[in-house]
Amino acid sequence: MAFYNLNQVKVGLKIMVGGDPCVIVGTDFVKPGKGQAFTKVKYKSYKTERVNEKTIKASDGFEGADVMDKEMQYLYTDGGTWTFMDQDTYEQVEADKNAVGDSQQWLKEEDVCTVTLLEGNPIVVTPPNFVFLEITETDPGVKGDTSSGGNKPATTETGAVVRVPLFVQQGEKIKIDTRTGDYVSRA
Amino acid sequence: MGTLHSKLRTQNSTERGTVVISGRDDWRPTASMDVLRLRAEILTRIRAFFAERKVLEVETPLLASAPVTDLHLHALSCHFRGPGADEGRQLYLQTSPEFAMKRLLAAGSGPIYQICRAVRDGEAGRRHNPEFTILEWYRPCWDHYRLMDEVDELLAAVLGCGSGERLSYAAAFKRYAGVGVFDETDAALRLRIEDLGVSDIEGLSRDDLLDLILTHVIEPKLGHSQPTFIHDYPASQASLARVRDGDPPLAERFEVFAEGVELANGYHELVDPSEQRLRFETDLEARTSRGLPEVPIDERLLAALEHGLPGCAGVALGIDRLLMLVSGTRNIADVLTFPIDRA
Repeated sequence: MAFYNLNQVKVGLKIMVGGDPCVIVGTDFVKPGKGQAFTKVKYKSYKTERVNEKTIKASDGFEGADVMDKEMQYLYTDGGTWTFMDQDTYEQVEADKNAVGDSQQWLKEEDVCTVTLLEGNPIVVTPPNFVFLEITETDPGVKGDTSSGGNKPATTETGAVVRVPLFVQQGEKIKIDTRTGDYVSRA
Repeated sequence: MGTLHSKLRTQNSTERGTVVISGRDDWRPTASMDVLRLRAEILTRIRAFFAERKVLEVETPLLASAPVTDLHLHALSCHFRGPGADEGRQLYLQTSPEFAMKRLLAAGSGPIYQICRAVRDGEAGRRHNPEFTILEWYRPCWDHYRLMDEVDELLAAVLGCGSGERLSYAAAFKRYAGVGVFDETDAALRLRIEDLGVSDIEGLSRDDLLDLILTHVIEPKLGHSQPTFIHDYPASQASLARVRDGDPPLAERFEVFAEGVELANGYHELVDPSEQRLRFETDLEARTSRGLPEVPIDERLLAALEHGLPGCAGVALGIDRLLMLVSGTRNIADVLTFPIDRA
């Protein structure tokens, strides 16, 4: 894999830091008029999403990370792994629990997700921003309720529990923003 | 800092955010027209300041046959081809007008100042552009303490700020980083900066370690209510300043910081030609051992020192940095018409 020196370091570059694939989210060139030049690099870990900072000097750099984001269709899970397919090449990859993480509650078969691959292996699975899921279980709304005010928990076909307005009934399809986990509307 | 400062902050608040490049928008200046007017106003004030004090404005060449030998300053070079230089003559773009201005002083110019462009390879970022504007001036018969007074007066005249605070280099390290500059071992310094997340710390010299603490820990804390003058540097960082005998010996050098940004660097100038030659040669050896390009020594400067450079103090001040301060921006692109990526 490529080695990036100080002059190649820029936002968006994918690097390995201590065996952890990261993306650079900020850089700052620091140099006293008569002194040694340094670059402060802020990077975010793909796995933990945590942002850290490191200072490098002119002769240093970072090892590149072979990381790419790919749109892939979710096929199925056997409970231990989740299988995704490249819709152009039909190539399939299996993501483990660490890669899928909290996203698993939004995964619906045939939905297209963003799979982050490190050397071809899934390390992060990001569901679509919006998913359309059927409600499999929720208490019936109280009679006379209107669409304003009040909500209740509802379980979706994927197992996620979201707060929905009282008028939403079992068997209905709803639109959910996966970034916040919030109900958006009836689908 | 003062009325000018706040007036311009208000003007600047109307400035647009990041320019979105749709089609080809990068022909536009990154500085607003308000900031350009401000730059003109500041230059006018500076020229008035020196005219009143009978300091002569001069111009010296941007192209030089020898650059500085400083380990951390990299001159861009180019080739002149023409009458008398058929094979092409290697020339360097000045990193500051220092050598040429000292030749003028040796020739009897008296107090002089210059507002010019300086160019430094390898420097680009939020506070750096490879070419930038320097105000540099020299005061025969003065030492660096007296020149600090004048820098203070200039900043007051331009920024409308109050008098700056003064701290020795050692006092600044003690106060802001809890580090004893002269008594702590290299190993102790390395320990102190390990939590700064510096990679490959072993490759750094003692001065590099001190620079790191200065830029990462101390500098951000300097010059917030008034400018901060840091003076009397370790002799190893003398550059072109005199070294005063003592225990430890100290370089008669100062830097000025405002709102966490380095604004100026000045010296009680070295005038001894043999000491100057020795420093050039020491630099060249260090350049070789670090694998840096070999550069010629400026023999014309040495000849001028041989002739006799009057005892003097000199300082270089970054005009773009000053403008950043006055217009309340942390990004140098906001005060330049066309920074390097739009050059």
